[in-house]
Amino acid sequence: MDEKTANQRQEKIIAPDLSVDLGGIILKNPVLAASGPFGYGREYGELTNFKDLAGIIVKGVSLEPWSGNPPPRITETPAGMLNAVGLQNPGLESFIKDDLPYLRTLDLRIIVNVVGCSIDEYAKVACRLSGEAGIDGLELNISCPNIKAGGMAFGTDPAATHLVVEAVRRETKLPLLVKLTPNVADIGIIARAAEEAGADGISLINTLSGMLIDTVKKRPLLGNAFGGLSGPAIMPVALRMVWQAAEAVRIPILGMGGITTADDALQFIMAGARAVAVGTGFFYNPELAKVLKTGLEQYLKKEGLAGLKQLEGIARF
Amino acid sequence: MLLLKEQPGVKYRQESCPVLENRSMGPGFCRITLAAPAIASLVEPGQFVQIFMPQEHPHMLPRPFSVHKADPENGIITILVEIKGQGSRLLASREPGSFLKLLGPLGNGFPPPPPGSILVAGGMGVAPLAFLAESVKYSRTLLYCARTADLLICPEADFNIPGLQIMRATDDGTAGFRGTAADLLSGCIAEAPAVFACGPRPMLVAVKEICLKRRVRAWLSLEERMACGVGACVGCVVPTIKGYKRVCRDGPVFPAEEVILDG
Repeated sequence: MDEKTANQRQEKIIAPDLSVDLGGIILKNPVLAASGPFGYGREYGELTNFKDLAGIIVKGVSLEPWSGNPPPRITETPAGMLNAVGLQNPGLESFIKDDLPYLRTLDLRIIVNVVGCSIDEYAKVACRLSGEAGIDGLELNISCPNIKAGGMAFGTDPAATHLVVEAVRRETKLPLLVKLTPNVADIGIIARAAEEAGADGISLINTLSGMLIDTVKKRPLLGNAFGGLSGPAIMPVALRMVWQAAEAVRIPILGMGGITTADDALQFIMAGARAVAVGTGFFYNPELAKVLKTGLEQYLKKEGLAGLKQLEGIARF
Repeated sequence: MLLLKEQPGVKYRQESCPVLENRSMGPGFCRITLAAPAIASLVEPGQFVQIFMPQEHPHMLPRPFSVHKADPENGIITILVEIKGQGSRLLASREPGSFLKLLGPLGNGFPPPPPGSILVAGGMGVAPLAFLAESVKYSRTLLYCARTADLLICPEADFNIPGLQIMRATDDGTAGFRGTAADLLSGCIAEAPAVFACGPRPMLVAVKEICLKRRVRAWLSLEERMACGVGACVGCVVPTIKGYKRVCRDGPVFPAEEVILDG
């Protein structure tokens, strides 16, 4: 046996297992596409090889079509961007008819982000999606800063969080993640409210509310005035909140916010996340999933670890 | 180097492209020529490329640029850059021999202009319209307009294209006709079967108004801040009579009667 074959054999033996169980959603590795930037998958399906991604959290789906906010909807900021897309989406029935069949053809876990203006609407969407094949989980979005009704209004109040999660829980047996907003004083209270109401996992963070002003026009730069800040600029904030949420709940955490390297992803895991999601990072590098997966594998090999479990929350002990 | 898997129906590629030439086009402007064989062979006038920032700047969005010239035989494309922010400054400083990652060609591009068409270019709007002018052999007129002579960055020699009539205009009269693109267009639109325009928003608003009034078909190429460039993030929308449309995917070229410019 020459040296190369020996190395290959050794690699095979100690090839780390990246798979994780995110509240009942079994992922082949801990890297997901965050809801929003990836749309409903088709465009990035043309652009990248999905094989390094464990799953897609598709863009928010509401009961009726939403037209979204007036432009400009996005602008770049130092190490990040502001967006106020406003959850433009084709509505539940159109999603099921036009987008879900494509998503079913992908060898990926499909998690559907659910948005609404009322508890009843969230519940209706969750109920209808639960009857459809090819959906591996739901992510309840109670954290979008870019819509006037619903969205963040639920995610900033523990009682409202409890009510909406409880109502959706009654309608679905699918694994249920609840996506939280960072625009709160105490993330632990909100995370606990979601857990107590029956959530299987917590996703965080959504974007930070922010704005910019165009000094030539003397008007807010974004059509919606306020937008959500994302990208590497918010990563330390996201990491701190994942840490706090992990202290508050026992259910697994999906960490996100400005991840652009495998080291970023590792930091989220060490803060207490079970898995991570990438959004803005895909704009910088459409092949980012591969970078993260490869980097995580290399780290585990270097550390002589068989899987990620031992790293989860390790920085907190 | 092709990084993108080839798929039926997908007409864009990701290429790592060496900079062949980076020439100043006067203060605040440059012209970058890149070896991009796959993109050069696919691109149609009016389409654009996303240029990813060099690796040492990993936290900046890619920047969209209209393709200004394409030479499929030699596998070369050219873009025009107005240096106005961090991204364009970075690109303007790229030396020949350095590499840039490109994604393209993206967007829909212009429909073929019928003989006698008028092409209205305002400032940097010349980038896609020079490409369109070169793409056909029969007669067409290019109105090349800007606020002042210094902003007409493409020299006469750039337009040595048989059958192309060029008229220049500047708001201050420092070059060509004294007046706006709209003034110039109003004077020569009578015989035109179609108008193709790219330039600042106020110019497009005026072009649209003139063309609708004279019942001349018009196509406008729009600009908007973009993130993904492929239609996924719906960040670059423009209001139209059929709802919000993505400039990067449904455009950047829209029929004038469909797009709502003052909304």
